[in-house]
Parts: sequence; structure tokens; C-alpha cells
Amino acid sequence: MPAFHVSVKGSGKDATVAVQEGDALAPWPADADLAAVGKPYSRREGRQKVTGRARYAYDVRMPRQLYARVLRSPHPHARIVQIDASKAEALSGVHAVLTVENAPEIPWYGDSQVFSRVLHCIGDEVAAVAAESEEVADDALRLIEVTYEPLPFVSDLEAAIGPGAPKAREDVEREGNLADDPKIYDRGDTESAFAQADIMVDRVFHTASAAHNSLEPHGATAYWDGENLTLYSSTQSVFTVRQQVAEALGLPEHHVRVIMEHMGGGFGAKQIAWKHDVLAALLSKQSGRPVQMMLDRRAENLAVGHRPSTHQRVQLAARRDGTLLGIRAEIAQARGAYLTGGEASNVSGMYQTLYRCENVHIEERSYHVNIGPAVAFRAPGHVEAAFALEQAMDELARALEMDPIALRRTNYAEVDQLSDKPFTLPEGLRLCYDAVAPEWESARRQRSAPDGTVRRGLGFAAHDWVGGGGHPPGYAWIELQEDGTANVITGTQDIGTGTRTGLSQVAAEALGLSVDRIAFRLGDTGTGPYAPVSSGSATQSTIGPAIRDAASEVVRQLLDAASTIMEIPASRLSVRENAILVDGDASRATPVEQITSQLGPHTIQGRGARTDNPASKSVRTFGAQFAEVDVDTTTGDVRVVRIVTAHDIGRIVNPTIVDSQIIGGVTQGVGFAMTEGQVIDHALGRVMNANLEEYKVPTVGDVPEIRHLHIDVADTEANSTGAKGVGEPPLVPTAPAIANAIYDAVGIRLDANPFSRRRLLDALAATGSSHQEEPGA
Amino acid sequence: MPIADAEQRVTFTLNGREQALLVEPRRTLLDALRHDLELTGTKKVCDMGDCGACTVIVDGRAMYACLLLAIDCDGREIRTIEGVAQGDALDPLQQAFIEHDAFQCGFCTSGQIMSLRALLDAHPNASEEQIRTAVSGNICRCGAYPNIVAAGKRAAELMRENSTAAGSASDHIAMQAGGR
Repeated sequence: MPAFHVSVKGSGKDATVAVQEGDALAPWPADADLAAVGKPYSRREGRQKVTGRARYAYDVRMPRQLYARVLRSPHPHARIVQIDASKAEALSGVHAVLTVENAPEIPWYGDSQVFSRVLHCIGDEVAAVAAESEEVADDALRLIEVTYEPLPFVSDLEAAIGPGAPKAREDVEREGNLADDPKIYDRGDTESAFAQADIMVDRVFHTASAAHNSLEPHGATAYWDGENLTLYSSTQSVFTVRQQVAEALGLPEHHVRVIMEHMGGGFGAKQIAWKHDVLAALLSKQSGRPVQMMLDRRAENLAVGHRPSTHQRVQLAARRDGTLLGIRAEIAQARGAYLTGGEASNVSGMYQTLYRCENVHIEERSYHVNIGPAVAFRAPGHVEAAFALEQAMDELARALEMDPIALRRTNYAEVDQLSDKPFTLPEGLRLCYDAVAPEWESARRQRSAPDGTVRRGLGFAAHDWVGGGGHPPGYAWIELQEDGTANVITGTQDIGTGTRTGLSQVAAEALGLSVDRIAFRLGDTGTGPYAPVSSGSATQSTIGPAIRDAASEVVRQLLDAASTIMEIPASRLSVRENAILVDGDASRATPVEQITSQLGPHTIQGRGARTDNPASKSVRTFGAQFAEVDVDTTTGDVRVVRIVTAHDIGRIVNPTIVDSQIIGGVTQGVGFAMTEGQVIDHALGRVMNANLEEYKVPTVGDVPEIRHLHIDVADTEANSTGAKGVGEPPLVPTAPAIANAIYDAVGIRLDANPFSRRRLLDALAATGSSHQEEPGA
Repeated sequence: MPIADAEQRVTFTLNGREQALLVEPRRTLLDALRHDLELTGTKKVCDMGDCGACTVIVDGRAMYACLLLAIDCDGREIRTIEGVAQGDALDPLQQAFIEHDAFQCGFCTSGQIMSLRALLDAHPNASEEQIRTAVSGNICRCGAYPNIVAAGKRAAELMRENSTAAGSASDHIAMQAGGR
């Protein structure tokens, strides 16, 4: 019986504790002939989504339901001197008002409160109102009288770092605006590595803060039944919300039920409980009625997370043959007013692991600034790091006159240099290079000559990602019913990524049933069982093996029953495509329901768990990508023509859904490169484009041709299904690939995103009038 | 200071049936649909005409329901996502969206389908360019755009097949009638 390796709470030391477990299953072989896994099933919730019947948190309608709105700070940093909500409370149709004056003191963001007297960003919560309609709630907000005392603020990262900067958090006792302890990483001896180098690259890059802008905003609907709270929350983690809300309200966890049926996008920003989860519950308690609190688009852009902006100085040292001798990086990131928890944006990671290099020195510092809190955004940290590292690698390839893929092959890492463990699929990234290289070479050969003012360019970038391997534990229960259909229950979430479908395929495969015989239940702490947050591209690789484990228990019992009924040893029986086979012979097939119906009303129950990741190996996902762009040197217009991409994501469970993830991820990468970025007026501490009018996410006309070259090699060392995650990887290399393509086209190195016409025209003008800097100088 | 005005009566045709409603003058068609009528298939995202998630068909044209006041819809004919399928039979667009995996989270899907429904009602033989233009005001943050365009093309194809099938069926009936 396998045991879990768990960290015992509070003690800070590891201990091995035996926890309920099934048998560790042998992985499906890489060349296994699978019936349901690997097939392009359409999404199981398709009908609900195309008919408008899928119920999102925003769509919950309960009898006597109220609607809540939040009054938000108009100042980047201010103290509430006085607040008077009496007129709001008196307004007809208003049923509950909360401010710092009457709300319970509830700790939030680790070092703050749900309502605080000091506000640290435009968008911070000042008051919340529940009323008969959103319009009446808005009327009430306008009746709340607040006197603010503005405090000195800083919203610009550079300024926040500088000496004498105003304290963004007057209440945090750290040096300057440091938000966290600096992360200093050092291996080998970078000093001597750089002294021995034949060639060096030294560059500074800036990445913009980017807003997730999920179409469904954050929000929740709360109602109480006595002491039991039910919360329909738009969340990537029902169990995280349950835990955090229960803690905030002082409730035991079994008094809180969190449900998420369908979610209109999260992209990382919905992996924790936010204040609205607690506020909806408090307003519901106060009014005695169900309360729905959904954020408006402005609040969505200001108060519930964005990708932190970064400054990164990158230095590479190499030998003439391309061998990397040293990597140095100095990283600063703007974390906003609060540290939110969840996955942090670990920018250092990729510098430490993507390329084989003995000498690495990384310093990463996080700073508070007076804008809303940053939070994980699809491949947090790695998107930011790839932007800098992969442009620096391009510079190095150019300085060495080496093909960019050849340079990367020269510095291939088969071992995770952070843990010294080999990767579960050490050839993963090489397979990506192998897939992309012929397309890359052919694109280079066929590159069209300049056409008037338009220049064609090609750029390459690679990536690794810490996610995709799954984060156990996670559980699943299966009930095989009298009629030979199955209920599969797990507390995970389908955040729009196709989880219901991919995991139904795993269940069908492992049970020997067709997918249409599987009912899939998820997204409800009330039915359980526990599953972790849907982040880190982890859902398929965490819950898939748990389902397989539960299914193996069901199949064992089914075959035992069949053995008794059919009077054939169980060892000769198997189940495939809804039938029990003798010696694998399809001509001697007994329908599953013929057995299960004889057991009725007894049903067959199986429970399964996701065992730990392999102790002696490191699970990663990898990718290689190139971009083809046209740059118009007169208008500064960049048209991304084509993206070609390959990813080691293990076994592909559903090729259609994986292609959709790749296309969608690359599209977000194109947005990050070309148009997305919060515009902040630092004189005002104000995000100027907190809406979908001026924060430009890609539309149909912005999407290039996207070609996904399937690798589809099962990572049998990673978990028993061989599948890894795909949610985050595709966008990681997109922006640097585009940047490198722009350089290839016009010889301009854009050190900051988004690559707007203005930026390109300014750079073109500068090169026209001044001597162009040598790459790598 | 805005204060709630007296509710006004408005009557329109909603998915083929007459619908009367009492609403405050400031209530948008979007909120009237989602709150007063509890038709939540039409989504609220930006509430200012940027994203297309609330697209409905008004008098044959795709329009943003967040930019229309409900009281301005008196006498008009409104179609929402709930009025697209015929009972359990999906519309060709809905079939094509499933077939081509033209959504992930699904929050923009109603709007995408309504934009394309309006296009295909007016131009059953719409070109790819027209399909792209029709959804150019509909944001999909998951980035399903290529599949949305493919689904639009496939739906036009399905509609042609259906009308050919219906056409030959009616020819057949006509022949039988003629032979009598």
C-alpha cells in the first residue's frame, strides 16, 4: 500500500504518513491501444453552452435574491477619515450595507483586512451594498459620504525601487517598498564564468502588467440556511474558497459548500478566494436573503489581479561554440498593493532550468506599488522570464552567427538543475525542436523578399514550465450502476478547459465503458471528494490518475462478480467497450449491464487517489515555437502571419481540445506581445484602460495562422495516464518569438511589450538618425 | 442624484411570443432579459458595448443588448440565444459550434452565435470575410476564433444542405400532387 509523503502542518518537517490508498497502477504503455483516450470527442457540456443554458455563477437566480455592489477607493493611497452610510441604509430597496464601521474585522491578504481604514490602491473596497437591483445598489453607493485623507503614493516600479520613494504600504515593515524577502539564487561561479566568456549579452527588458479580463467577472452568490452557507463562486478552486471563507467567517468547513458548475474564464486570477466571496456571505447574513455580488468590468481590471510588470536585466556568457558558461539575471516585479497568495509569479524559474548551465546567479525582488494586487496569470513568471531570456538567447545566436535552434540544442538540459533530478521525459524538449526545426528551416528558405515597405521576419523561442505534471493529492469516486452506466464524482473544476470531457475519456477507458455511459460530476465541495485548484495546467494530470485508480477498483469488483455469474475465472475476464470479454475475445462478449443488473440494487463502488509524483524525477512540460511577422516600416504596423508550435504535454487525451488550448494560449500570447498592457498614469496612480475598450485583447482579426505540431508521446514516468497539462505552455514562448521575428525583419530589438506602432515607429526613427547598436554589445 | 423613476410598460416580441414588461426607464434590455425575464443565456461582460457578449437580434439585426434601454424596445422583435434551437433540435450554428469546438469557457458563445445567426439570416451564402466581420465585435478571451469562423462556415453549409433537402422534399410532394 503506497503512502503519501506529507508535510505535517506546523512542525515544518516532512513525515511519511499512511493515508487511504489504492494500488499504484502501472502506467498505460506508451504504445497502448486505447479506445476512448486520444479520440476527438466533442465537449460534454457543449449543448448547454451553445443553448445558453450552462449556468455560471453570474446566472444564479434564487427567490428574493439581492444584488450587491462595492464602493471602491478613488485614491491610490488614502486614509478614511470619516464614513457615513446612513443615507444609503435609508434608501428604499437597500437591505444591507457594510463598511469598516460595522463590518467584522476579518484578516485578508495576510497583512490587511477585508475592510481597512487605509486604502492602498484605486479599486480598494470601501463599502458594500446589497439591494433589490444593481441599479438601486449603485444609487446607494452614491449616497455614502466618505472623507478621505490622501497619502503619498507610488505606482511606478522604477520609482518604487528608488531611494526616498513614498511607502506604498505604510503598514509593512520592510525596507523601502520591498514586498517580500529577496530571492537570491546562486550556483557555480558566475564571476569566473563571465571572465572566461568569448561572448556576452547584456540586456534590460520590461514586461507590462497584463489583465486577465476573463469574460465572466469574479463574483459569487451566497445564501444561508441556518448556519450553513452555500456559495456559487466563479472560481478555479472550490475547496480553496471553502477553506478561506470558512476561516474568514469562523465556520467549520462542513458548514460551507462551494459550487462552480461553469466558469467564464479564470486564467489564474480565480485560484483563491477574494473579498467578494466573504462580502456576499456577510451581506446575505445581514439581509437574510440570497446575495449575488459580481464585479463590474472596471473592478475586474483594478481589484482582482493582473500579471505583475517586471524589469529584468539579463546577462549571458558563452563560448564561441555556443556553450553557455553563465547566466545572470536581476529581476524586479511590481506586486501591487497586496500579496495575494496562490501561485506566485516566479520569474527566476526559467533562468534556472531551461538551459544547461553550471553558473547561474539570479536576484529577484518584489515591490509593493499602489495599484491593485497582482496574481497568477497563465504560466506566471515564465511568460515574463521567457520574454527576456529568449530575446537574450536570440541576441546570443546572432552574435555567434548560430541558428537559434542549434544554439539551444547545444545547451540542452536533461536534468532539472534545481533538484538535480532527471526529467521524466528527458527528450521532451528535443522532440519539440525536432518537430519545429524542419518547418523553421523551410520558412527561412521561403522567406519572401522585402515587398515595398513590408519586411518579413522569423523568430524562434523555447520554454519550459513547472506545471503540467499535476499537484497531488486529488480524489475520485465512481459508482457503477445497475444499468451499466457510471457516475464519476470528483471535486475538481472545469474552468473551460474541457476537463469534463478529457476526464470522462479517462474514466471510460479505465472502466471499459463508452463515454456516453459516464455521468461526470464536479465543481461542488458538497459532493466532493477533494481535488486541488485548477491551476498549473494540473487538472488532467492530477485527477486523471485518481479516476483510473477508482475505475480499477470498480473493474476488479465487476470482474469478480462476472466471474461468479459466468463461472469463469476472473483472471480470464476483461472489460472493453461496454462488454465483458473472455480471454480478450470480442466474439464472446457479455454486456456489462447483464452482470450489473443481476447485482441490483447493489452498485459497485470504487474510490481512487492520485499518488505522489515520482520522487526521483522532475515532471515538466516543454515547448518550441516560431513566429512569422510582416513589419511595415512606414506605419510601424506588425502583422503576425503565422505561429508554428510544438509541445511536450505527454499523451494527448483529446486532440481537438488540446488544439483549442494551443490556439487559445498562443492567441493570448499574441495579445501580450502586440496589444495588451495596463496603461498607468503614474502622476495619478491610476490605470487608464480598466475596460475592454482601451485594454485591447485580441479579436478575430488579430489571430494569425496557428499550426500545432503534435508530439503526443506518453510521459509514462510522470503518472499512470501519461498525460500532462497543456493550459499554460502555449503562450509562454509567443511574445519573445514575435519580438525575435521583428528583430529579424527590421533589426529592432523591442525591449518592452506591447509592440505598439508607436514603439516601433519611435525605434525605427531612432535607428534612422543614430548608429544602430551592435547586437550583444 | 439619480433616483428610481416609475416603471413603464413595454411590449415586444421575444423569441416569437409577445412579452409585456414593467421596467424602470434606466434598465437596459440586457438587464431586463437577465433579471426581469430570467433569460441568463445573454451574457453581461463589459456593459458598455465593447465585447459583444450580450448580442441579441433586434428586428433582424445583431445588436448589443447592453446599449439598448428596454423601454426603447417597445413593438420590436427580439431574439435571444434561448430562441435559437427548435425544442431539442439544435440550430445548424449550434451544431457547428459543437462540431468545431468553437468555444472553451462558453461565456462569449451566445453572443457569437447571435452575431452569426443575424448574418446567416440575411446572407445564407455568407463568405468567410462576412463571417469574420460579423464576429469582429465579439471578444473570445479563450481565443477560439479560428474555430468560430470554421463553425460559421460549416453552419452556412449545413443550412444549404437542409434547404436542398427541404427543397427536394417539397419537389417530391409537388410531383405527387401533380400526378394526382
